Amino acid sequence: MSAPSPQPQAWQAPGDLRTVVVVGAGQAGVQVAESLRSLGFDGQITLLGAEPYGPYHRPPLSKDWLTGAIEAGQLVLRSPEALQRKGIQLRTGAQVVALRPDRRELELADGEVLGYDGLALATGARPRRLSLPGADAPGIAVLRTRDDATAVAEGLDRCVATGRPLVVVGGGFVGLEVAAAARHRGIAVTVLEAQPRLLARALAEPLSDWYAGLHAGHGVELLLGTGVAGFESAGGAATGVRITDGRVLPAGMVLLGVGADPDDALARAAGLDCERGIVVDDCGRTSAPAVVAAGDCTVTRLADGTVRRLESVQNAVEQGKAAAAALLGLERPFTGVPWFWSRQYDVQLQLAGLADRADRWELSGDLNAPSFTLYGFRDAELVCAQSVNAPSDHLEARRTLAGAAPARPGPRRPESPHPAPLPA
Amino acid sequence: MAEITYVEPSGNAVTVAVPDGWSLMQGATSNGVDGIIGECGGSCACATCHCYVDHDRLADLPAPAENELAMLQTAAAPVRPNSRLACQLKASPALDGLVLTLPETQE
Repeated sequence: MSAPSPQPQAWQAPGDLRTVVVVGAGQAGVQVAESLRSLGFDGQITLLGAEPYGPYHRPPLSKDWLTGAIEAGQLVLRSPEALQRKGIQLRTGAQVVALRPDRRELELADGEVLGYDGLALATGARPRRLSLPGADAPGIAVLRTRDDATAVAEGLDRCVATGRPLVVVGGGFVGLEVAAAARHRGIAVTVLEAQPRLLARALAEPLSDWYAGLHAGHGVELLLGTGVAGFESAGGAATGVRITDGRVLPAGMVLLGVGADPDDALARAAGLDCERGIVVDDCGRTSAPAVVAAGDCTVTRLADGTVRRLESVQNAVEQGKAAAAALLGLERPFTGVPWFWSRQYDVQLQLAGLADRADRWELSGDLNAPSFTLYGFRDAELVCAQSVNAPSDHLEARRTLAGAAPARPGPRRPESPHPAPLPA
Repeated sequence: MAEITYVEPSGNAVTVAVPDGWSLMQGATSNGVDGIIGECGGSCACATCHCYVDHDRLADLPAPAENELAMLQTAAAPVRPNSRLACQLKASPALDGLVLTLPETQE
């Protein structure tokens, strides 16, 4: 069944906006609340977080948090006091169980009903699990929340104590960042990836190969093109991963890094248009009047009718701004250039634009040098740039992609060697 | 611990006690200081924690690393000799009393 696309002309901003409830106290939810204030809204804002913690930064959870480089306080995105000063009422441990958009109210797990004039959904995403034998055993971890990260850190402690390896299922960003953190702690690491290359969805092939070399160089065992058949556990802890050729890889801990799905359960149950994510337009407006959504829980309807999903801090922030404006009856669409970053070992990767649009790649610099950039083109048009330790390239590409009227399409980097063509 | 004063774009000054080892970006964002974003969470990837340091305290700061200098060139507001990225400055007693002025814009 295909749901109708959201129709901005049918969407109505609340006429008399006095009370806004934001469901989800992550990056996107905080942004909606703060942008409402900076746009001059002086009514009541309630920010509901299901977790016991106030808003925190998620990106460090798979990086500095696991190596012990930062302490809990440094994860804080906004302190409760800072929110209070802005007149944002934060409620932690507040689990929403039902939305009733027709009555402009929602219900919490303890039965409390909250009314609103405007509602913002920022419910985030849920990490995928695998439906395989033994996949629910204790000691098979995912990494999304602060509690997840604490469990992963404890699992790494066990690996150190027992000398057993970490097995990461999935060669995506989260899995590889955790692999890097574990190597930092001297833990043996095996990464299983079903695809023939790492980060296949996000990166140009030469860069996937480069990352394979980076991890292998740091002592990670990579098993590419390798499927998982099941998990072994004993005494309440995962002890191994069975792969499709029948071998069992011993593990002190198993991390599933196989992606995350938008958490659209509440919205779907309330009848909002969802397609594996809450469908919004580029202003964050959902199919229900006075309801907006932002961040990882959303997919954006494009002009051609398809939906696009972005999972990034940038998307959470920019959609949050757009959604807050929409509640106030303003059109501030998020149409910026997508960007993303990942840090593994001492390597900073920055991505600008969308790799899946590229049909041809050019290298600027040298894959054997400490920094370089791969530019992706569709016909003659630059559509993305993937930079390793090259922030200037990254920012210049973002400007070009944003349509800053370049004299000619594509990168210019006179100080570097001529771009070498790469196989498509 | 270092008492750091952030001058917001409005001219409003906010003083925050930043624990040792925290970045001055974290001290500002967690306390809701206006005029600083820190979109990348402090990994020196976005230049949205650009700040101007008191000239007479510049010598108290470790020199910027190459990646900070490169990133700074991409900042939205004018880059000056006393420009730094607050995510790369770690609080310590040596920085007590430091005043950071935040630019008009970060993006």
